[in-house]
Parts: sequence; C-alpha cells; structure tokens
Amino acid sequence: MSLLLTVALYFSQFCLLLAMLCCGIRLIRGPAAQDRVLALDTLWMVAMLFILVLGISFGSVLYFEIALLIALIGFVSTLALAKFLLRGEVIE
Amino acid sequence: MNKLLPSPLLSVSLIVIWLLLNQSLALSQLLLGGLLAWVIPMYCAPLAIKGSRIRKPWVLFRLLAWSATEIVRSCINVSRIILFRRQHQLNSQFIRVPLHLRDVTGLAVLSCIINSTPGTVWVEILPDTHELSLHVFDLHDEAWWIDTIKQRYEQPLIEIFEGASQ
Amino acid sequence: MIELAESIPAWIAVPVTLLLIAGSLITLIGTLCLVRLPHFYQRIHGPAISITFGTTCFVLASMLYFSGLGLRPVLHELLISAFVLLTAPVSAMLLMRAAVYRDLRNTHKQAQHDSAKSSQPPSA
Repeated sequence: MSLLLTVALYFSQFCLLLAMLCCGIRLIRGPAAQDRVLALDTLWMVAMLFILVLGISFGSVLYFEIALLIALIGFVSTLALAKFLLRGEVIE
Repeated sequence: MNKLLPSPLLSVSLIVIWLLLNQSLALSQLLLGGLLAWVIPMYCAPLAIKGSRIRKPWVLFRLLAWSATEIVRSCINVSRIILFRRQHQLNSQFIRVPLHLRDVTGLAVLSCIINSTPGTVWVEILPDTHELSLHVFDLHDEAWWIDTIKQRYEQPLIEIFEGASQ
Repeated sequence: MIELAESIPAWIAVPVTLLLIAGSLITLIGTLCLVRLPHFYQRIHGPAISITFGTTCFVLASMLYFSGLGLRPVLHELLISAFVLLTAPVSAMLLMRAAVYRDLRNTHKQAQHDSAKSSQPPSA
C-alpha cells in the first residue's frame, strides 16, 4: 500500500511541476499585463498545492502553516496588482 | 448586548477558526479565542453593512448544496472543452442578465457563487440599468443561462436576504 | 525523498491516491488553459477549475492521510479550503474588471488617435 501512495505522490508532484511550468510560460509570454497577473496568481495557488503534497510526503503537519501563509500572501498581492491595473495606484 | 456583541456570527466563526488553527480544545485556548472573538467584532463594527441578515438559513444551505454540485458539473464540462475542443469552435461571449436583487450581501454571495463556478466570470453591474454583465466561457443558449441564474441563484437569494418570496 | 510511514492501511491509501491523482490532473488541465487559449477572457476561466476542484481534492487527501495516521481527526486543512474558496472569486472579479477597463481605455485611445489623424489636413 505504501508503494501505491509513493507512486501517486511522485505523479502528483510531476503534474504540479508541469502546471507551474505552464504558468511560467504564460508569465513570460503574456502579451498584456493582466495575463501576467493571472499567471502569477495561478502560480501561487499551484505552489501552495505543491507544498501541501510535500507535507503529505514528508509526513509533517508543519507544512500546513506554510501553505496557509502562501495562500494569504498570494491573495493580498493579487488584489494589490489588480487594483494597480484598474486605477494606476494601490491606495488612493 | 448589541453594543458588546455586535455580530454573533462573526464571533462564533472567529473562535472556531482560532481553535482549528491551534488544534486544541484546552481551556486556555478557549479563553484566548473567546477574548479575540469578543474584542475583534467590536472594532470591526463600523465596517459592518447594516440591514442585511439571513432570514431563511435552510434556503441558504439548499442554495450552497446546489451550487456545489453545479461547480463539480461545470468543472468537468470546462475541462472537457479545454482538452478536446478546437479553439475556433469556442463561443465565448459577454451576456447581460437583468437583476431584481438589491441587497448588498446578497449580491456579494451571488458574485462569489458565479465566480466559483468554472465557465462564468462576473464582470460588473451596469449602474444605470442594474443589469449584470457576465462572461461565459462556452455560450450555447443565452436564454438558458439567464433563466438558470435568475431561478436557481437569484430567487433563493431574494428569499434569504430580502424576505419576500415572489 | 519521500518518507512514508511503514504501514498504511488500505482504506487510507486508496482514497488518498485517487484524490491526489484527480486533483493533480484537474490542476494541470486548468493551467493548460492558460497556455492553449488565445484570449485573456477565455484564459481567466482556466484557473477557476484548478482552484476550486484541485484545492478541494488536495485538502481532502491531506486531511484523510493525517487523520488516518494520527488516529485523531485533523481538521485544520479545512481553513485552507475555506479561505481559498472565499478569496479566489474576489481576485478573479477584480482581474476581470481590470482587463475590461484597460481594453476599453485602449480602444478609446485608439479611436481618439484615429479621429485626430483623419481630421488633420493632408498637407500637414
């Protein structure tokens, strides 16, 4: 049973790496600024999922706090960037 | 009472979050969480929106259950479209839905549900006609979308937040 | 690299495996949308899949695994899923509004530019 879970963990890490690569491609190529912000937001989310998977594979509950912090920071930074695109300044 | 405990729902959710974060039911954590749940809503009270309250909680639960199944269904639909459909066959369009819902909290809940459902993104409410502008990923029938949103989502929200079941 | 516990009962291992595979595939599909589709308004629908469905799958897998190992319910992963489900719609809506606003401004500028050009006398 442990083997099955190991294979699944490796598979999901590989898939999440590919997903981060897709976000990276859009982040570099994206023609408009909003494409880049969207790609960055998705990259944060996928990184958060990756850390959750790492937490399962190392068997440590500590990774949960890192994932929660990453989700928090990602949300705030996306909001700031979107506000900047909308108005040209973050705090009016 | 109202001054000391402005929003009981916020207090309860704060203490639940505190206990979940600390993963314990010890007396010290309960006391600390209770203190936070008592103090924070008092300072947040000026931010609160007046006049919105949940009138029919069971309708809210039914709405949430319905939207959860809808999210799963449209997840599968949208991923099938992304994987197998040619790009030029995609019919992505903006549509307009006339809304009767006026309550601010109800509109916020509606926007969260619509944005969580893959395939639809809320753009904005046009201020002069009070129409909702919406972007749909793969539009096949505009009248169906308008009907679904009005009957499945807006009608329960009007019941929950405005109380009048039309 | 992966250090799993020695004996994992099958009733944990099989659902966790299924959840992990489903979640990672859905996340990958959602980000493929970012690469494949031609317009921004189409691309914005992709991450919604990975955020709602993918996060739920991974959070459930993590909860199930740690609850089964520790023999007590581990519920604090629910915070992540609640937080992500509440915040993702807000950022999607703000991004959409920013994109629409910027496109409108660009077409407006373009129209002004064109009309200014056409109103100029040909000799100038």
